[in-house]
Amino acid sequence: MATIQFDLVSPERKLASIEASEIHIPGAEGDFTAMAEHASLLTTLRPGVIKVVAGNDVTEYVVTGGFVEVSGTSASVLAEQAMPKSEVTADIVNGFVEAAEVAAKGTIGAEKDVADKRIADTKALLDQI
Amino acid sequence: MPNLKDLKTRIESVKNTRKITKAMQMVAAAKLRRAQEAAEAGRPYADRMNAVMANLAGASAGAEGAPKLLAGSGDDKVHLLVVATSERGLCGGFNSSIVKMARAKAAELLADGKTVKMLTVGKKGREQLKREYADIMIDHVDLSDVKRLGYVNAQGIATDVVDRFNAGEFDVATIFYNKFETVMSQIPTELQLIPAKFEAQEGAEAPFYEYEPGEDEILAELLPRALATQVFTALLENGASEQGARMSAMDNATRNAGEMIDKLTIVYNRSRQAAITNELIEIISGAEAL
Repeated sequence: MATIQFDLVSPERKLASIEASEIHIPGAEGDFTAMAEHASLLTTLRPGVIKVVAGNDVTEYVVTGGFVEVSGTSASVLAEQAMPKSEVTADIVNGFVEAAEVAAKGTIGAEKDVADKRIADTKALLDQI
Repeated sequence: MPNLKDLKTRIESVKNTRKITKAMQMVAAAKLRRAQEAAEAGRPYADRMNAVMANLAGASAGAEGAPKLLAGSGDDKVHLLVVATSERGLCGGFNSSIVKMARAKAAELLADGKTVKMLTVGKKGREQLKREYADIMIDHVDLSDVKRLGYVNAQGIATDVVDRFNAGEFDVATIFYNKFETVMSQIPTELQLIPAKFEAQEGAEAPFYEYEPGEDEILAELLPRALATQVFTALLENGASEQGARMSAMDNATRNAGEMIDKLTIVYNRSRQAAITNELIEIISGAEAL
């Protein structure tokens, strides 16, 4: 089966670089799965879980946002913050929620909507870990 | 001729200095390795971000309603100089070279009749600049409590700069830092932050992307982040440069201390021999007189 090159980088380090068969990505406008021969796509991420399937191995990463660049041969996730799901605890997620709430303070109109959505998305992470 | 005891004390003192500089050199070497690794680790993100931004910005540049961060405020009267230096001294010409460059730029802008504002990052640059430019310094970022430079530090600086830009405090922002070349050479560099500039890598083809949500939304969201990334890269380069500069400065100091010890030891031995010869002459002439 054709594979797709998956890279996960955060500003501070490179977390993963592997050949994967499919990658589940929480896009800003909805979840999608990137596989080989995917159309070129550039989208932002919402807080969520990225699931990378390589053969029988499944690795999951929690990201708090960022963006992803998908082409037919590669998918590069540039995450704000990312860590393997196994290392993520409820405390860490609560920290993210708090940060999102702090950022939401004082926003109005469309900005408030974005901030509120971010809080909701982050809270939804709690159920996923 | 200095007496023997003084010489002995002096030699001991220089030896102690040499021990200290040697230790500092070794510490700097270890820190340099870490700083270099950090700079290395941040590169994939920065490169990718730059490539994407070059692609996006190329499409939107000159278009109506391009984001202000990219297009600028349409003016270039007020300049903000972000001067990034180190928190600690004893690193040779590291800080002076950055400050010198910032100073030259400030003088040039002032001569052109522009308004200049300054934001300093790191204590050492502030100390050097405040005598001359105290009245135009708008803020200072203190990183002395930061053990390990993180993206959040850069993000804090970038957010502050963007907020000030949106508040109309300045039109153009430039950051000054030292680019790490080798341990021996660090290159003072200026990088324009606002209006943002992204250089496309040569030979990289620009694929046609579908954008989700729209191109403009993505651009608007990514611009502040790209800016933070540029600041982060600058700070990482600065960190590696600082340790490199300190290492070579301390290496020189150690070598100089060694040379000094050699010279002092020769003087010491000569005076000792002279003293012995003197005593002998006194004894012999005393014996002859009998």
